[in-house]
Amino acid sequence: MSLALIVAMWACFAAGLYLALSRDLLRIVVGLALLGSGVNLLLLAAGRVGSAQPAIVAAGQRALGDAANPVPQALMLTAVVIGFALMCYAFVLVVTLLRRTGSEDALALRAAEPPPIEAIKPPLPARDVDIGRTP
Amino acid sequence: MSLWAVLPAAVPLLTATLCAAAFARPSLQRGISTVGAIALLLIAVGTLGAVVEGDAVSVAFGDWDSPFGILFRVDRLGAAMILAAAVIGAATMLYGNSGADAAPAHPMRRPLVHGVLAGVVGAFSTADLFNLYVWFEVSLISALGLLALGQRTDQLDAAFKYLALNLFGTLMLLAAVGALYAATGQLQFDAIGAALQRLPDGTALVLVGALTVAFLFKAAAVPLFAWLPASYHTLPTPLLALFGGLLTKVGVYAVLRTFGDAFAPAPDALVAALGWVAVATMLVGALGAAYHWDLRRILAFHIVSQVGYVLLAIAIGGEAGSSAALFYTLHDMIAKTNLFLIAGLMAASAGSFDLRQIGGLYKARPALALLFALPALALVGIPPLSGFWAKWMVLRAALADGQVAWAVAVFGVSVLTLYSMMKLWMEGFWKPHPIEGWRPSRATHPRAWAACLLLAGITVAIGVAPQAFVQYTQAMAVGLGATP
Repeated sequence: MSLALIVAMWACFAAGLYLALSRDLLRIVVGLALLGSGVNLLLLAAGRVGSAQPAIVAAGQRALGDAANPVPQALMLTAVVIGFALMCYAFVLVVTLLRRTGSEDALALRAAEPPPIEAIKPPLPARDVDIGRTP
Repeated sequence: MSLWAVLPAAVPLLTATLCAAAFARPSLQRGISTVGAIALLLIAVGTLGAVVEGDAVSVAFGDWDSPFGILFRVDRLGAAMILAAAVIGAATMLYGNSGADAAPAHPMRRPLVHGVLAGVVGAFSTADLFNLYVWFEVSLISALGLLALGQRTDQLDAAFKYLALNLFGTLMLLAAVGALYAATGQLQFDAIGAALQRLPDGTALVLVGALTVAFLFKAAAVPLFAWLPASYHTLPTPLLALFGGLLTKVGVYAVLRTFGDAFAPAPDALVAALGWVAVATMLVGALGAAYHWDLRRILAFHIVSQVGYVLLAIAIGGEAGSSAALFYTLHDMIAKTNLFLIAGLMAASAGSFDLRQIGGLYKARPALALLFALPALALVGIPPLSGFWAKWMVLRAALADGQVAWAVAVFGVSVLTLYSMMKLWMEGFWKPHPIEGWRPSRATHPRAWAACLLLAGITVAIGVAPQAFVQYTQAMAVGLGATP
């Protein structure tokens, strides 16, 4: 069972990294989602996969007998919920960006970068930016 | 069992919820937000008092025996960071209410600001590794919301870069947490630390190394800092100051917790690597700042540079190093937030954030020039301001540890910081304004000034009477796990 988990993790990490390193915005987000799934599997494997019994202490007992480790399940559930919220945000953001800029190339995302004329420090530029200046 | 350990994180969470519920009624929301910020400030003072009086305060949720329950434990380190976060939260909110920033108000802005505060304060409170990851995500999601609120294309662009790189960082953090749990079967700091000592050296190195890299992502250390200067400058001034003062410091705090307290002594190779990463961070931050002409970008690079100093103090380690790291972090949080706020006032007065398009502020606004000089000189490390003592402590710890190269770096980067602040001074204040007949805007913003004066007062107070702060940080360092 652990071996199957490791193979699945490897597949998620490999595919996720490949997609996350591409230049297509949507692929980057899908890649990050896959990486997240891989990490979730890692959490599951971290708690050792063995017994399939639910983690319920039997009546009259003080300790848990042979049962599945409940901690990684709790961790995974938390991580899945957080990951879901982040992915919803990321997809809305990417779709908005695609509509705004009309380009899916990550390298074309330069709206927040200094203008290309500033490759070296220029002299005082033509004043095209006026923020709240009164004449 | 002490309420002081829970209240600091609970108050901003509650405030965020109430503010979100009141999003249709701006004046009510503003009132809730103000009350929440003041309550957080008072509770942070109370927590600090409780910690100084006794020892660390802690709460195990559900009364589970250690190490099974989720533990909140606030010691001197956590209490000081919580108070600094509360001060910065209050100051930036005061500034945000002043009208000095022209960004349109959005009804979700206040809930998200309190969400950021909740994530940051929660991270300072918890003593559970997985819980720490959750608080990181709380502040990440709130920060992403704030980045995208303005809806301008450059802000969305910045939000995507922030998202992609930070998401990779948190995934690494989660993977490191999972691997540590697999190797030790524990999630509480102290329990993991104890179990790590029984592991083979190589395993411990890989596990703690992965955790450290994830934290360095959050702290914006070289070479993992690209998300910071790509995104921060698109934020409105009060939010920029909040982000600049708080977010990277959570990563720095986590590294200090890892190296100085929970997992100490860290593997030697890792400590040496951290030291050189710190030197590179200091240098790259200062050089990046020297290149740019936009006030916000310059100051964003200074965040990176100052993070390097704190990481260096952590790498030097021991009582002197940990104490210098906390002192430096507190000084930097206050001075950096103030510089961002003052940059906003400069731009409001002169018309632009670009140094090439402004000038003449010394003649037109002498009081603003004086206000700017205080945190700027503190950042460089001129006595008698807070930065002098902070750098002095780092320098002395480096020399006492025999790290001459690191000490030289501390000095050299200070000179670069001085150059950068001189550039701001000469371009923004001394040179005449490039427009003939320019008049500064008539608007005065008393609330914004009050926020800046409050922070400047703290900077001066730390500089004039440092002994109280040094004694506190030394007591903090003695209480950490690193020292016997």
